[in-house]
Order: sequence, then structure tokens, then C-alpha cells
Amino acid sequence: MLPLEPEIPSYAAFAAALVDATRATPPIVTGPPGKGAVKRYNVYRNNVTVSLVNALAAVYPAVQRITGDEFFRAMARFHIRATPPSSRLLFEYGRDFPAFIETYEYARGLPWLADVARIERAWLDAYHAADAEPLSAASLAATPPERLADAVFTAHPATRIVRSRFSAVTIFAANRNEAPVGQIDAGTPEDGLITRPDAEVIVRHLPEGGAVFLESLISGQSLGEAAALALRCSPSFDLAAGIAGMIQAGAFTTLSLGAA
Amino acid sequence: MKTIVSSLILASAVTTALATVAAANPLTKAEADAAVAAHKEKCFGVALKGQNDCAAGPGTTCQGTSTVDFQGNAWKFVQGGTCTSIQLPNGKTGSLKPV
Repeated sequence: MLPLEPEIPSYAAFAAALVDATRATPPIVTGPPGKGAVKRYNVYRNNVTVSLVNALAAVYPAVQRITGDEFFRAMARFHIRATPPSSRLLFEYGRDFPAFIETYEYARGLPWLADVARIERAWLDAYHAADAEPLSAASLAATPPERLADAVFTAHPATRIVRSRFSAVTIFAANRNEAPVGQIDAGTPEDGLITRPDAEVIVRHLPEGGAVFLESLISGQSLGEAAALALRCSPSFDLAAGIAGMIQAGAFTTLSLGAA
Repeated sequence: MKTIVSSLILASAVTTALATVAAANPLTKAEADAAVAAHKEKCFGVALKGQNDCAAGPGTTCQGTSTVDFQGNAWKFVQGGTCTSIQLPNGKTGSLKPV
């Protein structure tokens, strides 16, 4: 459970039974002198589990809509039992949920569900990321053409990329609201770009080669290197569209030129 | 073999990109929704805004709970969600049953 003063054994005993209903009330929990506090501990224990299930539901609304509430809450409870929080901050909870979904026995019929969850987690991380002014088109325009190949970009704090073998971006978009969901072909690989250039989180489809291009730039490779890599991986990659897209999406904040 | 992108190609791509950025008109929400519904969304073009605008993440409201955490096994639950409308390439629709 939480790394709360682990040197104090009573805290560890209190925490260990919190997310495991099969464990007895720890003997250190007592009511007024001489009395046990089984009911009180159970109320607390219930609140812990329900609040964590609710936290997962708040982070993963599309996953919940796809599976239905009951299935989602049961799946979430299994995850909470297996992976209790490691941070005191509730909005940090659930980073391991997509990986859990991938291995969850009863969700195997929905192999795309984990990637939808990854987009939802990226959405929240982008939402909470630091504000920053995106790179302007003018900065790029001001770069001498012969130096463009050396340009190196700093990723915006909110920028995230999720790559999927399935139509995860389409499924995500269709399930993040109340509108009816039509038939969706899950089998088309999709890459998503998540940014928050201003106040609102924006999720976009990336064209073929776009994810390789952006991941290369995010990792600190130069524009020349990233373009070459993307074209090698996807010969149909449209470099101009990729550059226009990254400016429009606000994926980066600054541009710098390495040593000449 | 290492691919080299020449300065000329890069400069030309940046020029085209800057023209595109300058010419781009943001789509209205209705236009974007229509494009998504018709599966015609242009790559990079349509911004799918994350809905639930007020979501600041869990733990931002101070809520006690009177919900009781009933134990339940996932396999028991009927398919209440949208998963049956999402199809896999082999023609199988999504299923919450073990495979």
C-alpha cells in the first residue's frame, strides 16, 4: 500500500488489509477502550475501494462506456486489489490500468481496449501538464533554409503519442461522449497525437509515418534525422503535412539550431 | 542504407507546411463531428476535442461515499456497454466473455 512511514509497523498492518476484504480487521484498530472496531474499519475499507474505483471511472470514461458500468467496476476492483496506489495523489492513480486491461482474462475479446485506455490516460496527463506557449510558425519561417536539417525541437509538456494496432483513436472519440456509437471497424491501425496547446486537450489521428517522425523529434533528433527516419519507415510519409501538423497541433515549444 | 533528406527537400516541405498552416481554417465542432461520423477525418486535420470539459481528474471533489462495494465477478455481467458495435477484422464483434 502507500509508503506511509513504513518504519511504523502499525501503519503497514492497517494498510495491508484495506484493499483486501478477505483479511481480518487489524488488531491495532480498536474503538473506545476494550472494544473492537470491525464495523468502523469496514466502512473505511469500503470507502477506500469505492473511491479508487470512482477514480478509475473518472480517468477512463470511454473504457467504462464500452464495457458497461458493472463490468468496469468489477475489472477496476481486481486492478485495485492487485495494484494499490503508490502515490498520495489520487489523479496519479491508474497509470498501470491499461497494462492490466491487456492481461485481464475477461477483456481478451476486446484487444483494443487497453489502447483506448492509454489514450484516456494520455488525455488526463496532457490536461494536468504545465502550460506552455506552442512553437509559432514564424519561428520555423525565420530559420535559414540551409540550417533546417539541424533544427532540434523541445516537446510541449502536454504532448503524448499513442500508437495502436487497432482503431483506438476512433473508438476513443466515439465513446468520450453520450452520442450513439455506430459500427466501428476495430482493425485499422491508428496512431494518436494528444496535445494541449491552450486550455483544451486535443486528440488527433496521425498520418502514416507521423508517429515515427514526431517520436524522433521528441527524443531530440534533428529535423533532418527525423524526416529521414520517417521516410525510411513509411515511404509515403508526407513531410510537409507532418511539419504543418506538428505546428497546428502545438506539439512543440521551442526550436534550436545545433552547432553549425 | 541511410536515407538523407536534402536541404532543398526540407526547405520546400517547410515552405509548403507554412502555407498550409496559414491557410488552415479551424473546423467548427459540427463539421468535425460530421467528418468523424463519416469516417472521413483527414489525418492531422480534424481535431477531436476531448469531451467532458470539466474533468480535472479524480480527487478534485470532496465526496464521501455511501456506495457499497459489492463483490462481483466480471464474467457474470451482461454486456451493457457499446463494445458490441466495435468489430474486429475477422468479423467478430467485441465480447466481454473469456475467449
